[in-house]
Amino acid sequence: MTTRILVGTRKGTFLVERHDGRWRPRLAGHAGMGVNYVARDPFTGKLWALLGHGHWGAKLSVSDDGGATWADNPAQVKYPEGARYIGQDMYEDATSDFGVGWRIATRPATLQKLWVAGFGPGGAVYIGTIPGGLFQSRDGGATFELNRPLWNHESRGGDLFAGDGIGETKWFGTPASEGGEFAPGIHSIAVDPRDPGRLLLAASTAGVIATDDGGQRWRAANRGMLLDHTPEPDAEWGHDTHFIEQCQAEPDHVWQQNHAGVYASSDCARTWRKVSRPAEGVHFGFPITVDPAMGRRAWVVPGRSDQQRMAIDGALFVARTDDGGESWTHLRRGLPQECAHDVVLRHALTNGGGVVAFGSTTGNLYVSEDHGERWETVANNLPPIYSVRLG
Amino acid sequence: MATVHLTPHLFTHFPHLSREPLEVEASTVREVTLALERQAPGLGFYLCDELGRLRTHVNIFVDKQMVRDRRGLSDPVERQSEIHILQALSGG
Repeated sequence: MTTRILVGTRKGTFLVERHDGRWRPRLAGHAGMGVNYVARDPFTGKLWALLGHGHWGAKLSVSDDGGATWADNPAQVKYPEGARYIGQDMYEDATSDFGVGWRIATRPATLQKLWVAGFGPGGAVYIGTIPGGLFQSRDGGATFELNRPLWNHESRGGDLFAGDGIGETKWFGTPASEGGEFAPGIHSIAVDPRDPGRLLLAASTAGVIATDDGGQRWRAANRGMLLDHTPEPDAEWGHDTHFIEQCQAEPDHVWQQNHAGVYASSDCARTWRKVSRPAEGVHFGFPITVDPAMGRRAWVVPGRSDQQRMAIDGALFVARTDDGGESWTHLRRGLPQECAHDVVLRHALTNGGGVVAFGSTTGNLYVSEDHGERWETVANNLPPIYSVRLG
Repeated sequence: MATVHLTPHLFTHFPHLSREPLEVEASTVREVTLALERQAPGLGFYLCDELGRLRTHVNIFVDKQMVRDRRGLSDPVERQSEIHILQALSGG
């Protein structure tokens, strides 16, 4: 039985442990600081917290003693000199019939947000950032380096270290940036348990990206996904993946909550199939989690379309599929069914060993110990919750 | 030696620093940040981004004048200057 839940919030890191038959949260560090993501490296036991200081920028914080004490990691994530990216700007233009113009602008990259961490064997630590960087360490976090093949990928305009590239990007931005710019961000990192050289990433807004050689070459992995609200639904790039997660025991099974619906893959993201059931309320949302032991079982926390982005009709529920998305069960026992308008962000739902946990931006934390059949309200007054992980 | 007064907020992140004002040898604000980085490794990245620009919500005052060159930090510092490093107030 899992006994600890790590919670990143707008105002600190919380640990939730089970004592005397109850889950009890406690503030465990970073009081007053924005904590975008907290996770345990399963290979080293080290805890990593991705901080977003309002004043002092984004920082990596680590704990070697299970969360008792924290310190800034000696190596911080920094874009190397000369790192640039192509962004899009809307600007005031009195000469335009519309009063505004649109232009692409090549900008120097500075760290706006540390968004997600991933871990592999042999000291591999991966950090996804805004604007759109994958930083990797091969020494347990003693040093970090920007993955240049991905940064310089042709889908983003080519090598802007060396020159002006091809002047066009197929990656778009996300409003999740803390820097105010509409820049892309990497929010999902899945290291294949069969081969740590195989990684799946997801970026907003680009889609799923894969490598088979440890990050030397990258390709889009968006086949089967549909941009059904755009003129080019089957575009290779530009998909608004909200989160992906790979099954540990059956890694060919990968799940995706997308802006445009729920998708599943049973061939390690080579192809995707849409498994949304809009009539049943399973379509829009941010997080998704797959049972680490069973690739056809996954959970989502649906929201009412992208126009509202909150619990449907004020009644909070989790939906689970046990058959690869063929059917979904609404799980409501113990969850508030009146005047509940929770929003659950992309990193704030997780599961393992039968425990399912999620937290909302209204500071509510819910835990189930039976795959979601019954829920316990663990907290109602936490700060806005950004991430919920087991560890 | 110029005297640097840090916002107490920074002592939370660099608890080994004395809470007394710091003395630094510097003729520009850039040199102040470099001197602080030597005294407290990591502090420079709290004040400035990778490009060396002063972070948006950080302010530095030299003898009560707010720094003007937020990119190059070329504002001059005198031997008797009093420097205050503050966080700009923003949001909850």
